[in-house]
Amino acid sequence: MDTAAAIPPVGPPAVPQVDIRSERAQARRETRAVLFRRPGFIIGLVVLGIWAIFAIAGEAITPYDPFNDFGVGHTPPGAGHLLGTDRLGRDVLSRVMAGSRDVLIVAPLAALLGVGVGAFLGLIMGYYRGLVDEIISRIVEAFLSLPVILVALLTLVVLGSSNLVVILVVGILFTPIVARTVRSAVIAEAQLDYVTSARLRGESGLFIMAREIFPNVRGPIVVELTVRFGYAIFTVATLSFLGVGIQPPSPDWGLSISEEFNNMISGKWWPTLFPALAIASCVVAVNLIADALQSVASE
Amino acid sequence: MTRWILRRLVLSLITLWLLATIVFVIANVLPNDVGRTILGPFAPQATVDALNERLGTNDPLLEQYVRAMRNLVTLDFGNSFQSRQPVLPLILGAIGRSGLLAAFALLLTIPVAIAAGLYAARRRDRRADRAIVLLGVTMSSIPEFVVGTFLVVVVGVQLRWFPVTARAPEGADPVTILSHLFMPALAMALVYFGYIARMTRAGTVEVLESDYIRTATMKGLTTGQTMRRHVLRNALVPTVAVIGVQIGYLFGGIIGVERIFNYNGMGQVMLFAAQRKDIPVLQAGAIVVGIVYMLATLTSDLIIAWMNPRARLATGR
Repeated sequence: MDTAAAIPPVGPPAVPQVDIRSERAQARRETRAVLFRRPGFIIGLVVLGIWAIFAIAGEAITPYDPFNDFGVGHTPPGAGHLLGTDRLGRDVLSRVMAGSRDVLIVAPLAALLGVGVGAFLGLIMGYYRGLVDEIISRIVEAFLSLPVILVALLTLVVLGSSNLVVILVVGILFTPIVARTVRSAVIAEAQLDYVTSARLRGESGLFIMAREIFPNVRGPIVVELTVRFGYAIFTVATLSFLGVGIQPPSPDWGLSISEEFNNMISGKWWPTLFPALAIASCVVAVNLIADALQSVASE
Repeated sequence: MTRWILRRLVLSLITLWLLATIVFVIANVLPNDVGRTILGPFAPQATVDALNERLGTNDPLLEQYVRAMRNLVTLDFGNSFQSRQPVLPLILGAIGRSGLLAAFALLLTIPVAIAAGLYAARRRDRRADRAIVLLGVTMSSIPEFVVGTFLVVVVGVQLRWFPVTARAPEGADPVTILSHLFMPALAMALVYFGYIARMTRAGTVEVLESDYIRTATMKGLTTGQTMRRHVLRNALVPTVAVIGVQIGYLFGGIIGVERIFNYNGMGQVMLFAAQRKDIPVLQAGAIVVGIVYMLATLTSDLIIAWMNPRARLATGR
């Protein structure tokens, strides 16, 4: 939200610039105040913040080495190991803490890629309409009927898994739905007088999209970015669980569950349950933030 | 109406063609040595070349594409790289079992979610509404396999209420089969509850604010009569739409659930194929699920057109 301050104000030049700027700053302050009155938003920020700290600090703050500290396998949670040890005797707490790193690198980048490309396509479709819109719409429709997880599975098998490929595949699969959302926001804006007047001034299509329409659809795009971030965590965790996402020896949560879930039935639930709780807390946190942004934006 | 249906069908076929093309591009255009993938890194190059020749992966792309499209029309998805058996029967059997699981999940979730959505809409912005919406957001954001692990740990291993594997023993009676399917179905039902409840709530809130509902209330109908006669039919339009869309997604999430509960459905077949780089099976799986998704959205569009004549004009666009 703070980056918004860096973007210069736009509007008819006849209106004094200072007023617009202070009015916009005022509106932003109010939005922020409304957001911070929502408990869901604050809880989401705090939980996500904790995972971000774990991801950045990594091995510096984990009680044990999450990779190479092999002790007695499947020790139940207790004094020595608060959350027990996994099948190779590694500390589950340390691995759950360090496990936030890969997913918190891959998921935001995938969301950013999807929203970036999707917003660009949406702007073009919504502004130009006509044949371009018709053709891209059909392709978007076809992409939307693709089962995301299955197509990601196929693509990752063909290309081989690495963090970069996961980012590209998930980002591209998210593009169509973002394009559709941004398109409808742009269509509503493109009919307004300020766009017509910019067109009459003889501005280029690119200028109108980037400097006139984009600042006014930034709200829905920010919401879309948080929503996609949540879905990206969801998708990356699922792919890692299926063995085609983040690869060993990462302590990634989905991967840890994939390695340990067979031991649940024999009562060794801790190496599975705690990563599962980590995934749940992380996606729920992001969705609480997204939900708060969405309802504030729609008010 | 007939024209609308025809138009909708033609659009579906175009979508299906594009979908098959996208899958073709992923499987055949992206850099990938099929022969090497099947035979592994240690096979001699000559063998790999011979296999590529036999499979036709060295043919010009256009030729391969035309062949793939012709095969799609005749529903011939080729042979599995691994078992050398035709892919289609393998997938149809598995999708039937997955369909049973998915249907059970929908059966569990739809009535509860619609009831919760209607209730939330009538208690709008009060505590019950907030709780239902928050629960929906929370549950629908957690991956199905994660919900599955919670269920296995709590309900299966600690409480021992239900079996932790989805596969019932051979020749079991229907009740036993359903009890084995209960937890995997519940894992999916919990995730989809949120989507359906929120759509029902949104649709109902909109209808409750309309003039004709005010008229109905003012002419003295009870709340129950208003709901039954005037609200439901219009309020449930978005719900039917979201259920149609969810049926497609169901077959993505089902893979993780089938793995957790060891169920021999579509997900198991896809996962097995992924581990063995059996690309024809994965390709066919993506297309078959795409077809299922299309049929589901087509059906839900037809139901919506029947429920609300105005939608007939709008969706045709």
